[in-house]
Amino acid sequence: MAGSSTFDAEKVTDAVIEGIAKIKDASTMEGLKAIKAQYAGADSVMTQASRAIGGLGKDEKKTAGQLMGKLRADFGRAYGLKESEVKAEDEARKLGSETVDMTLPVNRKPIGSRHPLPKLMEDVEDLFISMGWQISEGPEVETEWYDFDALNFGPDHPARQMQDTFYVKGNQARDAAGFVGSNMVLRTQTSSDQVRGLIARGVPLYIASPGRVFRTDELDATHTPVFHQCEALAVDKNLTMGDLKGVLDKLAVTMFGPEAKSRLRPSYFPFTEPSAELDLWFPDKKGGPGWIEWGGCGMVNPNVLRSAGIDPDVYTGFAFGVGMERTLLLRHDINDMHDLVEGDVRFSKQFVMGE
Amino acid sequence: MPMIDIDWLKEHVEVPADLTYEQLAKDLVRVGLEEEEIHASQVTGPIVVGYVVDCTPEPQKNGKTINWCHVDVGDEYNETDENGDKVPRGIVCGAPNMAAGEKVVVTLPGAVLPGDFKIEPRKTYGHISNGMCASERELGLGNDHNGIILLNHYDLSKEEAEALKPGDDAMHLLHLDQPVLEINITPDRGYTLSYRGVAREYHHSTGAAYTDPVVALNAKAPKPVVEGDNGGDVAVEIDDGNPIHGVPGCDRYYARIVRGFNPDAPTPGWMRRRLIRAGMRSISLAVDITNYVMLDLGQPMHAYDLDKIEGPIVVRRANAGEHLTTLDGKDHELSPEDLLITDSPNGVRASRILGLAGVMGGLYGEVTAETRNVFVEAAHFDQVTIARSARRHKTPSEASKRFERGVDDQLQPAAAQMAADLLASCGGGTPSDTPVDVDRTQARTRIDFRLTETKRLTGLDTSDERIRQILEDIGCAVSEGAEPGRILVLPPSWRPDLNDPCDLVEEVARLVGYDEIPVTMPPAPVESSIGLTPNQLRQRQVADELAEYGLVETLSYPFVGSADFKAFGYDEDDIEPVSVEVANPLAGDRPYLRRTILPTLAQTVQRNIRRGIEDVSLYELGHVYLWDPNAPAIPALPGGVKPTDDQLEALDAGLPEQPLHVAAILTGKAVETGWLGERRAVDWTDAVEAMRRVADRLGAKVQLDQPRSRDVPAQWHPGRAAKVMVGDVFVGMVGELHPHVNEALGFPEHSAAFELDLTALFSTLNGKPVQAKPISTFPPVKQDLAFSVPKTISAEQLKQAIVEAAGDDLESIELFDVYTGDQMESDEKSLAYAVVFRSPDRTLQAADTEALRAAIVEKAAPLGAQLRA
Repeated sequence: MAGSSTFDAEKVTDAVIEGIAKIKDASTMEGLKAIKAQYAGADSVMTQASRAIGGLGKDEKKTAGQLMGKLRADFGRAYGLKESEVKAEDEARKLGSETVDMTLPVNRKPIGSRHPLPKLMEDVEDLFISMGWQISEGPEVETEWYDFDALNFGPDHPARQMQDTFYVKGNQARDAAGFVGSNMVLRTQTSSDQVRGLIARGVPLYIASPGRVFRTDELDATHTPVFHQCEALAVDKNLTMGDLKGVLDKLAVTMFGPEAKSRLRPSYFPFTEPSAELDLWFPDKKGGPGWIEWGGCGMVNPNVLRSAGIDPDVYTGFAFGVGMERTLLLRHDINDMHDLVEGDVRFSKQFVMGE
Repeated sequence: MPMIDIDWLKEHVEVPADLTYEQLAKDLVRVGLEEEEIHASQVTGPIVVGYVVDCTPEPQKNGKTINWCHVDVGDEYNETDENGDKVPRGIVCGAPNMAAGEKVVVTLPGAVLPGDFKIEPRKTYGHISNGMCASERELGLGNDHNGIILLNHYDLSKEEAEALKPGDDAMHLLHLDQPVLEINITPDRGYTLSYRGVAREYHHSTGAAYTDPVVALNAKAPKPVVEGDNGGDVAVEIDDGNPIHGVPGCDRYYARIVRGFNPDAPTPGWMRRRLIRAGMRSISLAVDITNYVMLDLGQPMHAYDLDKIEGPIVVRRANAGEHLTTLDGKDHELSPEDLLITDSPNGVRASRILGLAGVMGGLYGEVTAETRNVFVEAAHFDQVTIARSARRHKTPSEASKRFERGVDDQLQPAAAQMAADLLASCGGGTPSDTPVDVDRTQARTRIDFRLTETKRLTGLDTSDERIRQILEDIGCAVSEGAEPGRILVLPPSWRPDLNDPCDLVEEVARLVGYDEIPVTMPPAPVESSIGLTPNQLRQRQVADELAEYGLVETLSYPFVGSADFKAFGYDEDDIEPVSVEVANPLAGDRPYLRRTILPTLAQTVQRNIRRGIEDVSLYELGHVYLWDPNAPAIPALPGGVKPTDDQLEALDAGLPEQPLHVAAILTGKAVETGWLGERRAVDWTDAVEAMRRVADRLGAKVQLDQPRSRDVPAQWHPGRAAKVMVGDVFVGMVGELHPHVNEALGFPEHSAAFELDLTALFSTLNGKPVQAKPISTFPPVKQDLAFSVPKTISAEQLKQAIVEAAGDDLESIELFDVYTGDQMESDEKSLAYAVVFRSPDRTLQAADTEALRAAIVEKAAPLGAQLRA
């Protein structure tokens, strides 16, 4: 190219300064690239100047080379700086355009929920497991012997009457009009597991039996014919009512918090002697903290131990039972038993995976 | 349950003058008598004493005569006249006994009487009546409504009546302001169904001085004529031909006669008030007295008209076919277990029934308004005999309530003495000196009691001296035992519940106070500690998994009936004989227990849908009950004795199997994406997926075995249901419910379900740790294989063929497309699998892959499957 062979230091310096100034003003990658093409491309003053160095003398060559190196570096630095600035701005603009409303509900596969009652029973089980006890399960259709006789309920005990207990028809009764005793009932209490446990597992024995029980109460705000209890039984040498109180206090605290405690009141049950009503000190009782009835307990009646072939002079034991529905009603301020038994999803969903 | 009136309680125990009912309840609960309720007074004042200044009869057009009276009710309540002077109130009173000069009970405006009867000034018969003069009935004090209460003739001493001034508070005077405490009695403490017993318990709780009224009464009772002797008031025979459990129905019959009784004598006001406050009605003096003695001492009594009775009195069991009409007018067909009181008219022994012993009297022989000679019965009957009769005839009475729980068998002479005294003092009768006492009561056995027993059972450290003192205080006779540290304890006659050392321990512990028992912790049973069993853990996993998958856990009652069977397409003739049947169901239309969970879970789903809830997907874990019509009968065995191994086996052999199941029903929309996209209706795939999640969580290897349409049970869609199998073990069903079932239950179309027998499923799991395979690091070869197969071939069948053919070199296989349509024959479908081959020990070459494909094609061929191009 004619006329391009002259190295003009002033011209190239001015061109580069002009280019750098344009770079600083650029705001897009396209503009920036155009500036680069104009001031550092093949036809640019800078490239022409570099080419022209070849025609210079040795000394001039050195000086011109140094100048060109500096100019290229200045240009390149300015370009690089601006390039990353513009890139960052571009990216920010792009990502900004992707903004969404993060508060939109996202629930492609909603979680379901556990029913609070079995969850509560699991909590109770865990307490006993943590103390080294076993969890025992017995049949819900149970023999009268395990549900009554073995527990010191005589054949004429009021609890054995038809108005309290669901009786099961036996095979021999299928064709008869009236009910003929099958010696089978829907168990009225999880205490039916006591003698099963003692016979099957022997002593010493520490078991809790959570489960479903049945009584012929019509469903109303506080009663349900099908409900749940947790029975606990410990039989060993040297167990006393003091140990019973210790375990009850622990259960109270686990279920109702650190301020909860238990109290025993003299009472009567066929399968315990001494017997007691179990009261709970309930810190969150409506109208202020107070005692409320929670269950029954006592020292295992010697006749129950004898039913399992265990010598009551050698072994002593304690037992207690609490109603799970009642515990749940109290804990969660549930006012109506219907909510617990009807299976309305709106009730269960309040609890999700816990209680 | 008994009502406790402090005023009555004071007869036997010293109570503080300021004792409140709240404090009384606290004192009694400490020793085991629980508060049922403190019944507040139903009356509010002002109710005051009034002096009738004048009384002017005014005949009315309607034939009635009313009295226009002026009654001085004291300065505070009197009216003010136009001069500002206090003047007596004007009151209209219709009572015939109203008269000037009487002292009456005036209920003033603002007062409220029982039945929410509000007293207000009212205009009547041309006057403003500014208050009301009250009768007993209006105040809730009795039944008398023949006239108003005239205080000069009402149960007050002359001095007391004279001291009453107009305006004095009549509320307190008549005990109208008093609440009453109702307590609960446990079945072992029959003696606390009496003031005598409650007063003793109050003494135990507070230490207040107690006097057993029976001591003085016994001292007063004449020496009776005993069995076998002549000359008693009436001949009495006990002739029990049918004792229950070998226990005679009556072991004591005590009879006493009171002659010359005035049947017109009224029951004194104090007695009526006490009876009414105890929740009883006042009937007639003789009957009221027997009730009063029962409430006071705990001895149920019966009063007969002596002149209607012909001896001997015979206590016997009923004969089959005999009938009795009881006092309440009901006719009862008697059972040979019923114990009767009979007499012997015209010399025919035991031929006329007077009553059902200890339960209720008959119509014949009772005291009436003409009775002048009264025959009082105080007997002791067997608890079981009375309980059975009361229940059999559905006639629980105050008497049977006490006999069922056990009555003191040494109380009868004292009770008869008290009744005789009252019949004499209130009714002018003369008690005989020759009561009859047929006494066959047995001496109690002394309890051999180790003094250390209290500590052994309760942890209480009570001194020997205190233990003896407590036992004596409850009425036991304590004597030295065979060796030091042992005592012999004879329980009192009113405590039939005390028979074993542990019974005495309870007495000591409750009187020392359960609160005094030191709190300890039992040892941790390290050796037997096993944690939750694998199946208990698995049960929790199943429950958690389904909730996490999006279902809601519920619990349903296990009762089913024909409506449920019909809705689920069961044939009642098939299912009822293999279902457990409840003899006394609450709902007559659901007498059976479920054999599967789905029918009862369906009830819960229905309830939700009816409440307008959509997309209901529920699950339930619970037991089902499988009746075996050929199961052996279960023996009846006594308690207190360990059955033999054979007997234990027989107990369990007769019980139905009760496996644990889990079931789920899915309805409505399956995917709740909301604004994110379209919803999809539930179908069989959701049920299969949920079921598989359960299986996978447990590590169970389940396969689906789809029966031919005609072999699918009626509950399920014939083309969209499969058996869930683990190997050869059937563990459940999954699929869409039959359209008829969905329709019958009101469920959306395609609603799906599954039910698994968890007991069976768990038993297929060995619980052993997973044995890990080595992970190959050689390169994979990924290939897609699409086959055309007859529609009758299941995806599972083809997959199994591929898996078998590829052997160890197959790493994974996934079905990615199912196609039927234009490009396929009408009886064929296309199944496309993405497979990954990878060798455990080398890099697979092209020839290896070719060989694998060839092997797969060959293995698939017998299924009619052909590799598509």
